[in-house]
Amino acid sequence: MDAFIPLLTIFMLAVFVGFEIITKVPPLLHTPLMSGSNAISGITIIGALLSVASPNRTTMILGFLALVIATVNVVGGFLVTNRMLGMFRKKD
Amino acid sequence: MRAQGPPVDSVFINLIYLAASVLFILGIRGLTHPRTAVRGNLMGAAGMLLAVVATLLDRQIFGAAPQALAMILAGVALGGAIGATLALRIAMTAMPEMVALLNAFGGGASALVAGAVLVSASEPSAQMTVATVFSGLIGSVTFWGSLVAFDKLRGLLLPDAPVVFPGQQLLNGAIGLVALGLGVMVVAEPGTIAFYGGLVAVASVLGILLTISIGGADMPVAIALLNSYSGLAAASTGFVLDNNILIITGSLVGASGIILTRIMCKAMNRSLINVLVGAIAEGTSSKSDADAVYAGRVKSTSAEEVAMLFDGARRAVIVPGYGLAVSQAQHQVRDLANLLESRGVEVEYAIHPVAGRMPGHMNVLMAEADVDYDKLKEMDAINPSFEQTDVSLVIGANDIVNPDARTDPASPIAGMPILNVDQSRTVVVIKRSLSPGFAGIPNPLFAADNTLMFFGDGKQAVLDLIAAVKDAA
Repeated sequence: MDAFIPLLTIFMLAVFVGFEIITKVPPLLHTPLMSGSNAISGITIIGALLSVASPNRTTMILGFLALVIATVNVVGGFLVTNRMLGMFRKKD
Repeated sequence: MRAQGPPVDSVFINLIYLAASVLFILGIRGLTHPRTAVRGNLMGAAGMLLAVVATLLDRQIFGAAPQALAMILAGVALGGAIGATLALRIAMTAMPEMVALLNAFGGGASALVAGAVLVSASEPSAQMTVATVFSGLIGSVTFWGSLVAFDKLRGLLLPDAPVVFPGQQLLNGAIGLVALGLGVMVVAEPGTIAFYGGLVAVASVLGILLTISIGGADMPVAIALLNSYSGLAAASTGFVLDNNILIITGSLVGASGIILTRIMCKAMNRSLINVLVGAIAEGTSSKSDADAVYAGRVKSTSAEEVAMLFDGARRAVIVPGYGLAVSQAQHQVRDLANLLESRGVEVEYAIHPVAGRMPGHMNVLMAEADVDYDKLKEMDAINPSFEQTDVSLVIGANDIVNPDARTDPASPIAGMPILNVDQSRTVVVIKRSLSPGFAGIPNPLFAADNTLMFFGDGKQAVLDLIAAVKDAA
């Protein structure tokens, strides 16, 4: 429980950082913002990796399922965002 | 679960996590300008790679049985293959579906991880169990809600219209209470996994019920909100694992989704609650309203007539709507714009915040068609210029150009900010028929003196226009 307050502090501060940066993203890029932020929310992949390595069988299986879909989220998210952003060009 | 190695190990790994978090924040900051956006996304991806590699160095994984390492490889290969295939194959018009699917997977993964950790926790703390409840609840709602959104966008099983029935809110409330009760039981009896299973099951039903009541055109709000949920689920899993990077990243994404949700709601002048309960479906319109608005006043036009209009025009504005995405007309529209520009007409695009099915949907489509992003104008930027516009070409849009929003306080869309196309000299509307838009109300723009209706499929109509403009020369 003693870790709770520092973690909550980090959470609150990160929310504020999020609000500050994201309000500056122009509507032009809102779709890539969604897919890109989605990709980074696949950070759960870390928890999935640790779970797969658990000696407990149930944990391992749940972790494996989580690992597969979190990887889809991460790889799919970054790739599709990259593909989209490559289309935003300025012609001269 | 916290069978981490010696402190040095853990400090090192956490420092790498910190570096990855910084990369995520810089990455999102890169998205504030199209010039730096590609690099920003790459920074995010680099942060993710760094975090994953650091995790693999964790004693629990490094010292794990070969079988576990094989499963990790298999899981990453499988997920990576599916993700890459989806990302490279998906059509730009289908981006809302793609994001819905990604939201689903993010939320689902968080709920699964929280469950996996709970199963093997020997002495779970209160922080851990409470966070597990949040992950399970939000993650499951996100997973199923996003799948419903995906289904609606694809038009597979569920109707585009909101699914509403009497007592729906009461039922949702009751299910929410059951979920809450199960959540309390998970905290009280963390050893009994059945409670967590029950929570996930009930939350799944809740996720489905909460999303079926949201209509197709309100999907921008739904997707933004689910995006936020997927972040919050990840943050909450961070509390389960005592892991900073999950908390930081999850809250960034949570904040992003909330901001987009608010922007979308504002662009429709509706409250979030109003969108969630599908209230606009109770619109007061009827057939007779439509007759009163349109009777004898709608002027149908031809490609030749519009070509003549363009011939004398100095400035034209193109307004893309969801109909453009449906008929995949973005490349033809670009060709038409290029042709007009070669004849000396100034062409710009007016993008309404809720045009299409997700935030920024129209921008992505026009960018795909190789339109310079400087020509894609936001509503507030372009609205003052309609008075100096000779021809506004509306393609497959309806409610976002309905002047009733400005003039009729009794209209269901009263107060919604719209593109003021009616102020341009001539408005040409490409549309299949006079059928109402999502709000279910007639649009007086179609019967206005300066409006010409060009009935037909978006892509075909634009192709006809191109041919006519070429002939006119």
